[in-house]
Amino acid sequence: MAFKRQIDRLPIIPSDAKKQNVTCHFCIVGCGYHAYTWPVNKQGGTDPSQNIFKTDLSKQQGGDTDAWYAPSMYNIVQQDGRDVHIVIKPDKGCEVNSGLGSIRGARMAEMSYSKARATQQQRLTHPMVFRYGQMQPTSWDDALDLVARVTVAMLKEPGGEDNLFVSAFDHGGAGGGYENTWGTGKLYFEAMKVKNIRIHNRPAYNSEVHATRDMGVGELNNCYEDAELCDTIVAVGTNAYETQTNYFLNHWIPNLRGSSLQKKQQELAGEPHAQARIIIVDPRRTSTVAACEVEAGKDNVLHLAIESGTDMVLFNALLTHIVEKGWQDKAFISASTKDFDKAVAANKTSLADAARITGLKAEDIAKAAAWIAEPKEGRRRRAMFAYEKGLIWGNDNYRTNAALVNVALATGNIGRPGGGCVRMGGHQEGYSRPSDAHVGRPAAYVDQLLIEGKGGVHHIWGCDHYKTTLNAHKFKQAYKKRTDIVKDAMNAVPAGDRPALVAAIVDAIKKGGLFAVDVDIVPTKIGEACHVWLPAATSGEMNLTSMNGERRMRLTERYMDPPGESMPDALIAARIANHMERILRELGDAKYADQFKGFDWKTEEDAFMDGYHKHEKGGQFVTYERLRAMGTNGFQEPASDFKDGKIVGTKRLYTDGKFGTKDGKATFMEAQWRGLQAPGKEEQKKKFKYLINNGRTNHVWQNAYLDQDNEFIMDRWPYPFIEINPDDMKELNVSAGDLVEVYNDDGSTQAMVYPTPTAKKGHTFMLFAFPSGVQGNVVNAGTNELILPNYKQTWANIRKLASAPASVKHLSFKSQEYKMG
Amino acid sequence: MKGCDKLVDAGRRQFLRGGAMATVGVAASTVLPTNEAQAKPAPARVEYPSNRLANLSQLKSNEPLDISYPDRNSPGVLIKLGTRVPGGVGPAGDIVAFSTLCPHKGYPLSYVAADKTLTCPGHYSVFDCEKSGLQVMGQATQNLPQFTLRVASNGDIFAEGVDELIYGRLSNVL
Repeated sequence: MAFKRQIDRLPIIPSDAKKQNVTCHFCIVGCGYHAYTWPVNKQGGTDPSQNIFKTDLSKQQGGDTDAWYAPSMYNIVQQDGRDVHIVIKPDKGCEVNSGLGSIRGARMAEMSYSKARATQQQRLTHPMVFRYGQMQPTSWDDALDLVARVTVAMLKEPGGEDNLFVSAFDHGGAGGGYENTWGTGKLYFEAMKVKNIRIHNRPAYNSEVHATRDMGVGELNNCYEDAELCDTIVAVGTNAYETQTNYFLNHWIPNLRGSSLQKKQQELAGEPHAQARIIIVDPRRTSTVAACEVEAGKDNVLHLAIESGTDMVLFNALLTHIVEKGWQDKAFISASTKDFDKAVAANKTSLADAARITGLKAEDIAKAAAWIAEPKEGRRRRAMFAYEKGLIWGNDNYRTNAALVNVALATGNIGRPGGGCVRMGGHQEGYSRPSDAHVGRPAAYVDQLLIEGKGGVHHIWGCDHYKTTLNAHKFKQAYKKRTDIVKDAMNAVPAGDRPALVAAIVDAIKKGGLFAVDVDIVPTKIGEACHVWLPAATSGEMNLTSMNGERRMRLTERYMDPPGESMPDALIAARIANHMERILRELGDAKYADQFKGFDWKTEEDAFMDGYHKHEKGGQFVTYERLRAMGTNGFQEPASDFKDGKIVGTKRLYTDGKFGTKDGKATFMEAQWRGLQAPGKEEQKKKFKYLINNGRTNHVWQNAYLDQDNEFIMDRWPYPFIEINPDDMKELNVSAGDLVEVYNDDGSTQAMVYPTPTAKKGHTFMLFAFPSGVQGNVVNAGTNELILPNYKQTWANIRKLASAPASVKHLSFKSQEYKMG
Repeated sequence: MKGCDKLVDAGRRQFLRGGAMATVGVAASTVLPTNEAQAKPAPARVEYPSNRLANLSQLKSNEPLDISYPDRNSPGVLIKLGTRVPGGVGPAGDIVAFSTLCPHKGYPLSYVAADKTLTCPGHYSVFDCEKSGLQVMGQATQNLPQFTLRVASNGDIFAEGVDELIYGRLSNVL
C-alpha cells in the first residue's frame, strides 16, 4: 500500500497566530510562504472569529482556497525554547507562486526538526568528534579547538594555505544565503587565501556559466513575467515542470494556455499577440513536454529530441539560418554588441550538417528558427531562452553556452520584455564573498587533487561529494583510505592528550592521511569519513537572505529554534576564525593572527551587515528591517534606492543596451563543434551500450538530504529509478522494479528499473545524486577546460542485480505523463 | 540520594492511589484550579459515518461511478478495477474508492480508464488507482485519500473511513 498519514484533522490556526515571512529554501524559484506559529496549548476554531482566515471552516472550501493546508504543512517545533504549532503554507500574495506550493516546498513544515513529532531526527544537534573509534558528542569549544589546532598546524607546514582544502556551498536557500557565503568567504578568501576550494556540485571553484559572463551577459537577466509576455519560449535541457515547478505553472503555462494574452496586449501594445509556442530541446520526452502539449496544443510545442551532447550544433544552425533569412535584430547588434560577423562566420552550420549531427530533421531546425525570429507582421518576435543542467552539465559547456547566448543576442532578446537568456537555476542564489581572483582560471580540480593525495585538512560546508561529484566511485575509495589513516592515528593516542592527538594527526597527514571536518545540518555520506562534525542551522532556524531566478531578494525570518546547539554557518565560520586567531597568538604569530580579526559577529544579521550591506551592489539600501517590510515579494536585485519606505529594485538587466563588459558591448563568441569534448567520453560511448542520461525528479530536492528522512518520498523512491525502454528491458531480461547494476570502467552503481516506452532504445535516464544509488559513480573524470563536469554524457552497461524487492512492490510504474481523463 | 529515592517513592504511591490531591502536607501549598476542565472526554479521531455508496450489481469493470463521502460536499469515485489490488473489496478484491478532489489544490480529478489513473487538469498530477492512490507524478504532498470500504452480504458497498486529509477541510468529517 502507498504511504498514508492517517491524519483526519489538523489543528486550526487561531486568529492571533504569529505570522512570519518565508521563502521556500529549496529550488531557485523561491516561492513565498508564511509560517504561522502559536502556543501548543491553544487552537483556533471553525467560527470565522476563531481562525486566521476569518472563514467558516465547518464548511468545505473550494479549489485554490487559502483556508486549507495539507498535513505536510503542519508540525510542532520549538520557538524560543517552547513547543509551538507551526503551519508553513504558500502565500497567495507572492508574485512568484501566487499561492502554489510544489511537492517539495509544501513539505517544509514536515521536514523541520521536531522532537514532539519525531520528524527530521537525523539532524545534527551537537558537535561530534572521532574519539574511541566512533563519533562522540562534545562541546563547541572542544571541537573547534581541535579543528583550529590541526588546521593551523598544517598552515605552518610547507605548502601553507595550499594544505587546506575547502568544499563550500556558494548559493542561497538552505545551506547558503548571503550571510553564510560571506561568513565562509571572509574566512577563506580574506583571513586566508585558499585556492584549493570547490563548490557543492562540482569539483572546482568556477562558474557553471562562464561563457555568458565572458560575453557580458549575466545569467539571470530577465524576470519571471517575461515568460508570460514572450511569443516563444526556448527551453534547453530544463525539465521545468519537475524542477522549477511554480515558475513553470504560474508563468509559463498561462502564456501557453493563452491566459496571459490580455497582459501582453496591455504591456506590449501595438504588435500582434497570440498564445506562446515552446521549443523544448531535450533528448528525453519529459513530463514538461507532456504538460505543454496539453496546454498549448501539439502544434505549438516543438520537442527537439536531440542526440545527447550536440546542442551547440543546433544553436549554430539556428544562428546561421536566422542570419540567412535576415531575421537578426540589426539595430540592436550594431548598437549594443561586437564580433557578430566574426561569430557568424566561425559558427556557420548548415541545416543539413546540423540534422546529421543532432539527429533532428532539417525542417524542424528551420521551424525552430522561424518560431524564434521570423518577424510577426513586421515586428520583432519575442523569444525567451531558458537553459539548465542539460546544457550546463553537458558536452563542451563553455562553447555550448556561448552558442545559445549568440542566438539570443542576434535576435535582440536580452534586456527587453518577453526576452532574456537565462539559466533556470537549481538552488537560489546568495553569493557575497571577498574577491576570489587568487583562485585562478582554470581553478584547481580539487576532487582530483584529493584522489592524488594532495591536501592535509579538508573543511566541508554543506557538500556531499559522495553523492554529487563525478568519478565518485574512485573518489570515495581514495577519500576513505586517506581519512582512515587519520582515524587509525587518532585511535592510537588518548583523546584527552591534545598535543599528542594533534601531533599524531599531523604525522598521519604526512603519511598520506587527510583530516576532514564536516559542517552540515544532517549526517552526510562523506561525513562518514570525517573526523569532526559541526552542526549547522538552516533557513527558518536563522534569519536568511537569498535571491531567486529573477534576482528577487527576500528575508526568511527565523520562525523556529535550530536543533540542539546547531548554529548558522556564518557564526560557525566566525568561531573557527576566533579559535584560529587564538591558537596563532598562542604560537606567537601575531601577524597571522591579526588576519583573523573582524569575526566578532554575534548574530547572522551582523554577518549580513558586514557582507551584503557593505559590499554588494546596492547593498547600502538593504537591511533586515527593510526586507521584513518588503514581505514575500521583496525586491529584484540590484537595489537602486530606498524610497517611500520601500527598497527600489531592478526588474530586468541591460534594458539600456549596456552589457557587463569593459566597453558595455555584449560580445558574440566563436563556438566550433569538436565532438564529445571531455577526455574519455568518445571512448566510453564506443565501449558501452547504454546512454546513462541523468537528472532530477519532481519529488526529490537536491541530493535528498532532507527527503531521505521523509516517509512520503522514500516510500515513492526507495531506490533511484532508471528509465529504460521496454525493448531494452527484454534484452536485459529485467522487469519493472528490478534492481540493476549500472557499470563501466569508471565505477558502478545501482538503480530500479522504470519501464519507459517513450525512452529511445539505448537511452536511459537515471535519478541523479540519490543516496541509495549514486549516478556519479559511473561518470568519468573528464571535464571541460574550466573544470566543469560533464555528468550527462555517460555510457555504461546494465545487468540485473535482483528481482524487484518487497520494498518496491507497492510502487506504481505507470507513465508519469499527464493525460486528460 | 536518599531524598531522591523518597521522592520517587512518593510519586509512585501517589500514582497508584490515582489521586492528585492525596498527599497531605503538599496540599497546603497547592492552588486549586479555578476553571477545572469540564469537557466530556472526546474521541481522538473523527467519527466516520457508514454510508452506502452503491450495490455490487451497479458496478461495471473499469467504469467509475461518482459518489461522495463522508458527505455530499466531498466528491469521490467508486471503481471496479477488474484486477485484485491492495485494499480492494468485493468478491474479486478489485473495488476501490477515492476522493476526487486533488490534494494539491482541490481541482476535480478525472479517470483515465486506459491507465486506471486519476489525473488533475490543474497541475498535472497523476494518481494510480491500482496502487492505493499513489501519486505517480504531481504536486500534492500526499497520496490520494482512499475511502475504506465494506461490502454487506446483500452486495451493498459502504464507505467507512478515509486514510488522508481530504482537500478543503481541516477535519474529514465536518
